[in-house]
Amino acid sequence: MTAVQEETVAEPIRVMLAKIGLDGHDRGVKVVARTLRDAGMEVVYTGLHRRPEQVVEAAVQEDVDILGISLLSGAHMPIFTRLFDLLAQLDEPHRFAIVAGGVMPDEDETELKQMGVGAVLGQDSTPESIVAEIRSLAGR
Amino acid sequence: MADDNTRRSERGIARLTTDALARAVTDELADWERTELAAFTARRPETRESYLSGSGLPVRRVYTPADLPADWSDIGLPGRYPFTRGPYPTMYRGRTWTMRQIAGFGQAEETNQRFRYLIAQGQTGLSVDFDMPTLMGLDSDDAMSLGEVGREGVAIDVLPDMEALFESINLEDISVSMTINPSAWILLAMYVAVAERRGYDLNKLSGTIQNDILKEYVAQKEWIFPVRPSMRIVRDTIVYCSQHMARYNPVNISGYHISEAGANAQQEIAFTMAITKAYVEDVVATGVDVDAFAPRLSFFFVSQADIFEEVAKFRAVRRYYAKMMREHFGARSPESMRLRFHAQTAAATLTKPQPMNNIIRTALQALSAVLGGAQSLHTNGLDEAYTIPSEQAMKIALRTQQILADETGVTSVIDPLGGSYYVENLTCELERGIDDHMRKIEELGGVEAAIEQGFFQREISDTAYDFARRKANGDRPVVGVNKYIDEGEPEKIETHQLDPASEARQIARLEQIRADRAPDRATAALEQLLAVAKDDSANLMPATIEAVKAHLSMGEITGALREVFGSYTETPVF
Repeated sequence: MTAVQEETVAEPIRVMLAKIGLDGHDRGVKVVARTLRDAGMEVVYTGLHRRPEQVVEAAVQEDVDILGISLLSGAHMPIFTRLFDLLAQLDEPHRFAIVAGGVMPDEDETELKQMGVGAVLGQDSTPESIVAEIRSLAGR
Repeated sequence: MADDNTRRSERGIARLTTDALARAVTDELADWERTELAAFTARRPETRESYLSGSGLPVRRVYTPADLPADWSDIGLPGRYPFTRGPYPTMYRGRTWTMRQIAGFGQAEETNQRFRYLIAQGQTGLSVDFDMPTLMGLDSDDAMSLGEVGREGVAIDVLPDMEALFESINLEDISVSMTINPSAWILLAMYVAVAERRGYDLNKLSGTIQNDILKEYVAQKEWIFPVRPSMRIVRDTIVYCSQHMARYNPVNISGYHISEAGANAQQEIAFTMAITKAYVEDVVATGVDVDAFAPRLSFFFVSQADIFEEVAKFRAVRRYYAKMMREHFGARSPESMRLRFHAQTAAATLTKPQPMNNIIRTALQALSAVLGGAQSLHTNGLDEAYTIPSEQAMKIALRTQQILADETGVTSVIDPLGGSYYVENLTCELERGIDDHMRKIEELGGVEAAIEQGFFQREISDTAYDFARRKANGDRPVVGVNKYIDEGEPEKIETHQLDPASEARQIARLEQIRADRAPDRATAALEQLLAVAKDDSANLMPATIEAVKAHLSMGEITGALREVFGSYTETPVF
């Protein structure tokens, strides 16, 4: 958390939710979008079939606190690898926290967290726990 | 309900309940509520204020003859209009349902091995799952295919992939279902090309392509072109099959994905019927007689967790369809009015914690499908919430069906829940619910207009959100997730491991085939395809068959056609 963000604590948390690749499963991401919106956050949802480059660029432009990527296609490891490569090239690689959501084997969850993913949400995450995770990652 | 009974019986149709019995039962029920029930609940109240079905319909404590539909003609006999009880007169006595476990991963050769394993285990039909690039009409070497090649299904780019997929499997002996939508017509063209090369009679091939593009815009979200040209492609496949492939189902109209995207049982069947109506209207508009193609329309529904509502759902949609085909479209052949469906148990109900519980969930859902009269069935693997199924998980799922078929006696009697006060009443309610939704969709201007306005998408997203809330507050118990939670280390299960070299092998093969093909034939085939695409009254199928024979890849075909048809982008609603 930077000092600037601490001063603007009344500002709502800004979240971008994204679908990358060809995966069309959007039930979960939409439930999360509404849950966060109902909790008072500002939510931008990219829609389907985005490329990693587009998502990173949009997240920077929107100046978000959290970037959530939903993947149920099983392609999460290659896609997150590419995403973190792109993030590493930014001037501020850690300007927003990264959250993963979807169907992922346990060992992949562990690896994603080592890569830098702040939280992994699954189909059984409750709305309350999702809001709490996002607030804690955003530091407010 | 009694009033309804009276009204209907005035039409003089065979009545299920006499007015006198209905009155007597209603009186007794009122008396029972005042005495036994009141005394009992005073001592021990019921556990909930209200009771709802899986789709949220209020359900009563007990049902009686007063709740039965008025007319015997609404129930009738199996294999006869309105087909409430089943499409065939003998149902599972003649042949049990087709046990059709979907499979697909890696390269065609790997999936071919899984197919042969499943056939050896007693599976009676094949079902192919394709990877995301194939589903979206892209090649394995496309930038968007990153990480997806062979991941969720088998990768098919060119005709030789398809030949490898069915190596040593006699396609005249086994029906093959292909879960494929915007690119379905290309896969069908490849299937035809494989069959022709092997000298099969096209009219002897039985199988299905899903090819249900409208539900893609509604729910599953796999698309290439905008709605109109996509509908034209569906129309072309239906017309082609009606002329060349007498036993092939050119479209499998699917409620399954609508349900998995979050819809409830009522919305699932209502939206599916709305979509069906749109396809039939489109084909009829080209001048093809409804009886020439309607017998080959097939359906696909989920089998969810609420056992009785699911059985009622299958019965309701069979009856609604029969009436729609006869009364609205003027079908004359009974085969045009009988709805045949494949069922799959509900993947979204399966949980990652305590994965063995998923075997039980799947078995109960499979029972609903069978009591509801499914023609074929896929039972999900216990590892569904982890990844694509392991061989072990698929074997248990198949054995679940075999136990149902061979050990439980459910195959002996047709529609055994027919006549149940509750199930008959729920069947009527769900049928009425379809009608209500159909009217609303008509008011919006039909299915295409409703898609453009985000109507289906919003309805589904609302139901999904409501379900998530109810699951979170415990109103919808999920064992092992919000109830009876295990502390400590989670159970470990064996999961399917993808061969990491598969993607590179597939891309190398694709490049090799492009390099080896006759360039003149490929160029000519592509030009011909584009010319046909520009003429809306022409059929795309013959030119596509030539294109795949010329070893054009799927991505080359869809890429060129995007120039003619355009692309689709969704405006998301949530």
